[in-house]
Order: sequence, then C-alpha cells, then structure tokens
Amino acid sequence: MERLSEKAEEILESLWVMTVEGDNVGCLLTSLKVTRDSEELVELIQRSYVEIRGDRVCLRKEGRPEAQMTVRRHRLAERLTMDILGIAGDEGNEQACEFEHLLRQGVDVKLCTLLNHPTTCPHGNPIPPGECCIDARQQGEPGIVALTELKSGESGEIAYLAASDDKKMQKLMSMGVLPGSQLLLVQKFPSYIFKVGQSQFAVDDMLAREIHIRRPVK
Amino acid sequence: MSDQQKSSPKIVLVGNPNVGKSVVFNALTGAYTTVSNYPGTSVEVSRGHCHIADRRYEILDTPGMYSMMPITEEERVARKILLTEDPHAVVHVIDARNLERMLPMTLQLIEAGLPVILVVNIMDEARRLGMQLDLDLLQKNLGIPVIGAVMKRKTGLDELRQAISDYAMVPYKPFVYAHDLEQDIDKIIGLIHGDYRLSRRATSILLIQKDDDIHDLVSEKETASDHQKLLEVTREISFRRRADLHLQISLERRKVCKQMLKDVVTRTVEATEPFTEKLSRWMMNPLTGAPILLLVVYFGLYKFVGGFGAGTLVDFFEGNLFDNYINPPVVNFLENYLTAEWLFELVAGEYGLWTLGIRYAVALVLPIVGTFFLVFSLLEDTGYFPRLALLVDRLFKKIGLSGRAVIPIVLGFGCDTMATLVTRTLETKRERIIATMLLALAIPCSAQLGVILGLLSAAPNALIVWTVFLVLLFLLIGFLAARVLPGENPVFYMEIPPLRRPQLRNVMVKTLTRMQSYFVEILPLFLFASVILWAGKMTGMLDNVINVFSPLVKALGLPVEVTTAFVFGFFRRDFGAAGLYDLQTSGLLTVTQLTVAAVTLTLFVPCVAQFLVMIKERGIKIAAIIFVFVTVMAFSSGWFLNKFLMATGLLA
Repeated sequence: MERLSEKAEEILESLWVMTVEGDNVGCLLTSLKVTRDSEELVELIQRSYVEIRGDRVCLRKEGRPEAQMTVRRHRLAERLTMDILGIAGDEGNEQACEFEHLLRQGVDVKLCTLLNHPTTCPHGNPIPPGECCIDARQQGEPGIVALTELKSGESGEIAYLAASDDKKMQKLMSMGVLPGSQLLLVQKFPSYIFKVGQSQFAVDDMLAREIHIRRPVK
Repeated sequence: MSDQQKSSPKIVLVGNPNVGKSVVFNALTGAYTTVSNYPGTSVEVSRGHCHIADRRYEILDTPGMYSMMPITEEERVARKILLTEDPHAVVHVIDARNLERMLPMTLQLIEAGLPVILVVNIMDEARRLGMQLDLDLLQKNLGIPVIGAVMKRKTGLDELRQAISDYAMVPYKPFVYAHDLEQDIDKIIGLIHGDYRLSRRATSILLIQKDDDIHDLVSEKETASDHQKLLEVTREISFRRRADLHLQISLERRKVCKQMLKDVVTRTVEATEPFTEKLSRWMMNPLTGAPILLLVVYFGLYKFVGGFGAGTLVDFFEGNLFDNYINPPVVNFLENYLTAEWLFELVAGEYGLWTLGIRYAVALVLPIVGTFFLVFSLLEDTGYFPRLALLVDRLFKKIGLSGRAVIPIVLGFGCDTMATLVTRTLETKRERIIATMLLALAIPCSAQLGVILGLLSAAPNALIVWTVFLVLLFLLIGFLAARVLPGENPVFYMEIPPLRRPQLRNVMVKTLTRMQSYFVEILPLFLFASVILWAGKMTGMLDNVINVFSPLVKALGLPVEVTTAFVFGFFRRDFGAAGLYDLQTSGLLTVTQLTVAAVTLTLFVPCVAQFLVMIKERGIKIAAIIFVFVTVMAFSSGWFLNKFLMATGLLA
C-alpha cells in the first residue's frame, strides 16, 4: 500500500490526541481544517481509518494502530530535535513536524533505540511504545534515565554525564561523580540529594538532568 | 645558597574542603585560623610557622581544591600557590572515609612532580563505618610518605612532623594512562622547552584540558615560534578529543587509583544509621527543615543575639558598667585636666572619641556582634549551612542567586562588610554583584539589627511593617536584578558534609577570630568617625551637611533631627540606628515616623567599611553604581512607605 500523505498523517495525529488521549467524541471537520472532499480525508476514508458522522470525523478501530504510530513518530521527533539537537521552543516544534515524516521504514526503531526507548515527549505526553520498546523491556534491558526520573531511595550506576556545561561536569567529576560509580538518590525536593560512596551531594534540577543513571536489572 | 638558608622552607597544605586541613594547620603551628565546616569559607591563605628539630618551617594553608584544574576562585587561589611557591613539602590532607574519591588529586600532585606527603585524616570515623585501611601498602604503591591521622585529637601529628623533617624528594614513576592518551601527552611534552614549577607531564595534561592560567604561563615562557607550534598541536588534540577528554582523564585516573587501592581498603559491617543521619535528613526535608530554620532563627537570633546580646549584655556593659562605674570617674578626670574646650569636646563631648568611639564600640556593638558570631560559628561547625543552602536554592534562583549564596547573606546579618568579602566564593560575576547589592541594600547588620529591634519592640506593629517591607523589597530587587543583569542563572551543586557535633574549641576559635578581626576593623573606624564628626561640629560643617539633607528627610515626613542619624549612618550603620534610639527615647517621633526612619536607615548606604570592601571586591565603578542605587532606593522607599502608612493609617 502506498504511504499516507503528510496531511493525512497530521489528521490521524490530531484524532489520536483529541479522541484517544482526550475525551472528545470525534473531531469537528472545521477544527481539523478540512472539508468532506479534501484529498487527505478521502485517502483516510478509503482505507477505512476514519469515518464521518455528521460534522465530525471519527477514528475507526482499523485506523488506531496507524494513528498511534504517527503520534509515536511525532513525539520521538520532538525528543530528537529538542533533546539531542537542542532546538527549543517553536523552532523545535516546527522542526519536529518536518522530521516526523522521515521516520519510517525502521528509522523510528533506530531512533527509539538511540534515545533509549523514551516513554514521554519533552512536553510530558506519553510516547506509545513500539515493538522495539516492548522487546527491550522483555529482555530486561536496564534503562538509562536522567537522575530526575529516579525515585527517592532508588539507586543505580552513573552511566554518563551529559556535557552541556563543561566546567560543571568537570567539577562533578573531580568530586568523584563519575560514570561507573553507584549512586543512591536520597531526596528530590527542593534539591536533588544523592550519595556516591560515603559522600553526599546536592544539585539543582538543571544539573540533575545531565546526570544519567543506568537502572539495575530487575 | 645563603639566601636559601635564611628564608625558612615552606610547607603547603592542600586538599578538598572539609578534610581537616585547617585542623592540621592549627596542630602544626599552634596558631588560630578559622576552621570551617562549610565548603569555601576560608578564601584567604593562612600563614603560620613551626619548628621541627630546630628548623623553622613556614606553613601555608590553602583554600579547598578538588583537582589541579581550578574551577572556582578558591581553587584558583590554591593552585596559584602551587604554581609560584617552591615548597619543601606539599601535605595533601584527605578524608579516610572517601579515600577512593580523593586519591585522584594525590595522583595529580605526584604527577606534577611536587614533593607530596599524604595525610589520611579522620581515621576514627572510617573505622566506625567498618573500613580497615592498610596504609603501609598504600605508601608502597604510591611511593610517597603516607600518614594515618585523627588530627583533631593530634593522633598522627608526631609522624607528620617526622615525615616533614625527613622529607627527601624521590623521583616518582609516572602512572600510565591509556596508550592513545599517552601518545598525545608525549606530543606536547616534546614541544615544551621552558622551565615550569609543575612537571612537563602535568603541564601538558593541563594544556590539553585548556587550562587558561597554564596557557598564559606557557605563552610567557616559550619563544613565539615554539608557542605557536604548541598552540597548534594542543588545539588539534583538544578538538579531536572534544567529546570526552575530561571524562577520559578522570576515568583513567580512577583506574590508576583502583590499582593503588587494591587490598588497601577492606570493609566489614555497615554501621547502623546514627542519630546525626536522621537529623541531617530532617534538616534537608522542606517539611521539617522549615520549622528547624524557624527554631534556629527564633532561639539563635531573636532570643540569644537579640534578647541576651542586645538586651542583657548591652544593659550590663552600657547601662551598668559604663554609666555607673567607668564613665563618671573618666569624665571627672577629663574635666579636671582637659581645660581647653575643643580638646574636651574631642575626647568626651557629644561626638567625642571616648563617648562615641570607644563606648559605642565596646559597650553597644561588641556584645551584639559577639553573640551573633557565636551562633554563626556554632551552626557553621555543625555543617548546617550546606543543608540550608540546598533548602533555599529554589527560592534563591528566583533572585538570581544559587543556594550557595546563603552563607554571605546570613553572615550579612552579623556584619555586612565581612559578608561582602565572602561573596567572592560565589561562582559567577553576576551572582557576586547581586549578592553585594542585596547586602548593601536590604540586609541589616547585627549591630543595626540590635538597635532597631530594641527601637521597634515597643511597637510590635511597626516591627511587623519593617520586617515585611524589607523582605518584600529584598525579593523584589533580587527578582528585578535577576531579570535586568545579563548572564545565566547559576547552577547549584554542593557537597553536603556529614553533620557533626560542634567542637567547643573550634567554635570558640572561630568566634574569637571573627570578633577580633571585627574589632580590629571597626575600632579605628569608630575613632575616625568620631574625629570627623567632632571636626564637623566644631567647624559648623556638620550643620551644613545636615542642612543639605534635611529637605530630603522632611520629604519623608520626618523631623529634621533625624538627619543627624542618617549622616551618622554612613560612618557606621548602627550609629544611625543608635541616633534614632536617642530621638525616640526623648519622644520626638511618632510610631509611623519611627517605622519610616527605621526602614530608610536600614536600606540607606552601607557603612564606610562596607563601601571600601565593595570597591575592593567589585571595583570602583560597580561599587559607585550600587552606592547611588541604594541611596535612591532608600529614600524613595521611605517616601513611599510614609505615603502608604499615612494613606492607610496602618500605624496611626
């Protein structure tokens, strides 16, 4: 089957966000900015991904997997542009919208693995898990997460320090916060307090985001 | 050679903060420096000396440093000593509990070709945690003298003295890093020709790590063409290794440390959590930490400094000792012998050296400042401040500071001048400027605080207005400064040292040292101020100055007499407040006027000493800007508050 057009993907994405994650019943044609005979809508109806009820477009059961994957690709793209490429704000959103359409035919799997199967987008919305995520979980692969994602009392091994501020990283390293050391998170608020060896440290969330921890295999 | 013999050989103490460096210094020299349990309170380098086997040694205590590559100002100061001095021995003090973490710096010192003696301190605590250390093996592995110690009980002191007097530099065998790293280091070593304090290997590594000071040093010592070549090669290496150079070096060093420590450390049982751990957690948890802070402020500041210091002690010194026993005979004596009027005025008149200078300094200010320093030193010694720092970090970020700034701010309540000095431990220039400004504007020093609390305590509502207004202004100005000043918000990170029971001797030493430096600093200024004011009164200049200011004061709705208090305020913040006190006791001020005057005076320009330190620390330009800003803010806030209180009739 031929690939969906970009515009059709955008519609699936909106439908997913509004009707599956939100509690709307279908989307108004006007809010999707399409008419009954818009090319992209026809495309989706032909595949029985969506149907029109009155003045609303509804996602059909057949369309759900495709919609879910579209949302997944969009949010992975956001992670890529915002976290890895460091493009923030509207610019980041725009770039993510461009990127998402390139993430097909296994590119999304590769990206997801590279990003270590993230579960949320930078805005905090869930990223629907792909097959690669489910596989990774079943293999019991320990996840690498930022210190901010750990719960108080949880411990793990320091995997790496993201180096956005060289001096601060050196400081942490010279204090003994080094990859390979065991770390125990003591407290998360108002500052992050953790223990490495016999020493305790406090850092703010800016720095905590840059310390990445490998969770122990359960 | 004779020159060499005349000047005593130097011993430099280095190490992380909180490992007992200053305790070692005190044990060696018998002198008093401030021993601190707060990372980064000793910025200055302390010097002392000692005699071992009839030989005189000069001892230098440096600020805490974590590695040979400096990041903070203190570390730069410490490293500078290693770069410039020619020590007989460098004593590296480390904490036995954190041997693995602190040993990398020992490696760096050895690598730099320095004559290192390693002191493994706090052995008793390590033993309590179930750690057994084989220091003989460590000594063999490292190839330098290693001494186990509990310096606060002077255990290991004799061994250290012995090691110093026996010390003979032996060539060290370099620790080998990964092959590719070694190749790059060798490349640089081959290009260095000058003569450096640090070994070429250490210099090369620091060059690759882009250490600015070392780069400057190299550009001085190498010929232009050599330097150019060196620059090209280091740039190439730094760029090629941009992704993980520092990390790789750290990891390589740790690998070496692991080898060094193999079989050195054995652990037995994990000790149970002591009470201090629990208390520490309560202090760090906002739910329990906030009440603890309130308790500390209430009992420490309000009850002890305000009640006991500014109340009981001042009453005793000023009201009893001076008024009843010291002043009458002194004044009597002076009246008999100082017949010239101007001379009598100079010594015992209204603004006289005795009356205003010595009496104020000894009877009024010293008890207040002394009790404050006692509380401050006590808290400092327990390790409470780092815990407070992490608690307020989020709030302080809003005003452009990090939690680290809590120390200068709290110290400001004791003495703003001293606090302004301590702002240099803050990491960014922006943070230092904001802290300096807030100290100058909204933090009343203890002497001033004591008098103002006494002044306003009669009218509790006035006290509330004063407190709320100052807190709001502190936050507002900080918030605006954080928006206006360019630069990024500081990042907060801090080591949290274990809580410990305060050591009586440490606390006393700290308190006395602070009181002493305060006294040495203020007494001359009090006397100086007395002379100026006396001269002003005699020549009529004082009246002129007061006339210039009086319209401003009237605009605030205050009686003209208050002007004198404001003019005095510049000489010593508390002078002004004390002046207000006299006015209030003679019933010249309404509650509203009193409140407006107290607020304006609190905000008004810092005293002479603080202003001088501001110039020294921040430069004349920034100091002048802050001065003008603070003056304008003080009077406009006073004006606003007066209008506000008149309009609402809040304190009528």
